[in-house]
Amino acid sequence: MSRRRIELIVDPIACDGHGVCAELLPEAIWMDPWGFPVIETADIPAHLIGHARRAAESCPRLALTLVERNT
Amino acid sequence: MSPVAGRGREVRTSQPHNALGPVGAPRLLAGLDSAITTVGLDQHLERWGRLPALGSASILDELDRSGLRGHGGAWFPVGTKWRSVKRSVTKRPVIVANGAEGEPASGKDRLLLDGLPHLVLDGATVAASALGASRVIVHVPAARIPAIRSAVEERRRFGLDSVDTEIVEAPDRFLAGQESAAVNTINNRNPGRPSFTGTRTVREWGVGARPTLVQNVETLAHVALIARFGSDWFRRVGTPESPGTALLTVTGLWPQPRIIEAPLGLPLQQVLGLSTEDAGIFQGLLLGGYGGGWVPMAEAMVMPLTEEAAREHGSSIGPGVVALLPSQVCSLSEVSRVVSYLESQAAGQCGPCVNGLAGLDHSMETLAFHPSSLRGGTSRILAHCDLIEGRGACRHPDGVTRFVRSALRVFSDHVASHLHRGPCRSRIGPCLPIPTVRRTVRQGRETK
Ligand code: SF4
Ligand code: SF4
Repeated sequence: MSRRRIELIVDPIACDGHGVCAELLPEAIWMDPWGFPVIETADIPAHLIGHARRAAESCPRLALTLVERNT
Repeated sequence: MSPVAGRGREVRTSQPHNALGPVGAPRLLAGLDSAITTVGLDQHLERWGRLPALGSASILDELDRSGLRGHGGAWFPVGTKWRSVKRSVTKRPVIVANGAEGEPASGKDRLLLDGLPHLVLDGATVAASALGASRVIVHVPAARIPAIRSAVEERRRFGLDSVDTEIVEAPDRFLAGQESAAVNTINNRNPGRPSFTGTRTVREWGVGARPTLVQNVETLAHVALIARFGSDWFRRVGTPESPGTALLTVTGLWPQPRIIEAPLGLPLQQVLGLSTEDAGIFQGLLLGGYGGGWVPMAEAMVMPLTEEAAREHGSSIGPGVVALLPSQVCSLSEVSRVVSYLESQAAGQCGPCVNGLAGLDHSMETLAFHPSSLRGGTSRILAHCDLIEGRGACRHPDGVTRFVRSALRVFSDHVASHLHRGPCRSRIGPCLPIPTVRRTVRQGRETK
């Protein structure tokens, strides 16, 4: 069965490790020892999509993107 | 035997290597015998004839049926790749014949470009007509340009190709041949460094924002033969999943590295023509180059040369590099040198890669030369690998961790000996080829 999946991806070239994203979406993002975000759950559950969208919009480097995939 | 100059060492083209046995008749290298260094257009046409005029649909079908996969390193199905480039209806695609060959232990692209340029250019022509391309670009290091230029001029005089071929110099970097890095070089924007392609790869948005097929030169040479002889012929050799032959650059077995053409599917012992006794003088075999993986000698000998088997062993055929490491060499110092080199070649663009590889380089150097100061042992190195994987814009960091993980596994006895008895005093080596490197400064700026 096909279902819509919302994924969060980070452009590691653009990202310079501000950490705004981890602040806004700690459920899915944590910061590694060097200060760069690790996307723990690429597949964002429905109840977190609002937070994920806010995180993407707040990234000062526009490095975070929400992508829709049909699986 | 004709020596082919390059990278400061002699690389010999193999004679049809007797270890290959009766199924091992060379295909690509058939035209390259001892007396000839470059097969000119006359000889090329005499041997292979002209390319048949095939329609786009029939070429794509033939490629699908052939099961040909990319020999640049990724082993991606070629038919699928071409179809995805063709998907755009509003823009005509660009074909990039990629011979950047940044991998220091590989010499097969060089051999093809210098020795059999017309086979490569034929493959690019087939791609251009199948995909309706408006540009064909050959992307090669400076040293390869003269040979390819005179081949292109020969074809021009003969009026052989409908799309003219451009030549673009690839920088001397490990990552120069990475798909998006090649496109960046050609677009003259951040040359030699990968881009984050995210959801849109160069197949949709590449050279001049056009759909772009970046295909390794060996793959194109196989295409040139499939266009002439068909997929059934191609599949006469190899296995269902890994059909045909592959060019391998073999280091460590003979006094100089050699390039051989091997039928896929044959056990490596036969491919290399090694007796069990001879195999005993090596401690491990590196398959797939510096982004590939080490395989224990005993397993490697019985392993069939297929991409599937390689992946089961945590490796890949990659660009066809086979390196054998003699037992008396300190494997960990070899590994450390390679990791340092790979770290120096990272494009300095992504935080996890820049920091992660620097840390890994430090740990591997400590393990090799000052093991008593290694904190956390190998489990810490492995945890470090976990943290790096999948987090770069390109696969470079993943290749480095594959190399490191496999080394820790295959050389585990030697690791234990370093940790318990200290570093080796062995002064033999270095064995694995590493070019002299211009150090790069973090943040991607280059110093000379
Ligand atoms: S907010 Fe943006 S720039 Fe900052 S760490 Fe997150 S992804 Fe990177
Ligand atoms: S992952 Fe490393 S090598 Fe790849 S683009 Fe990023 S910094 Fe460069």
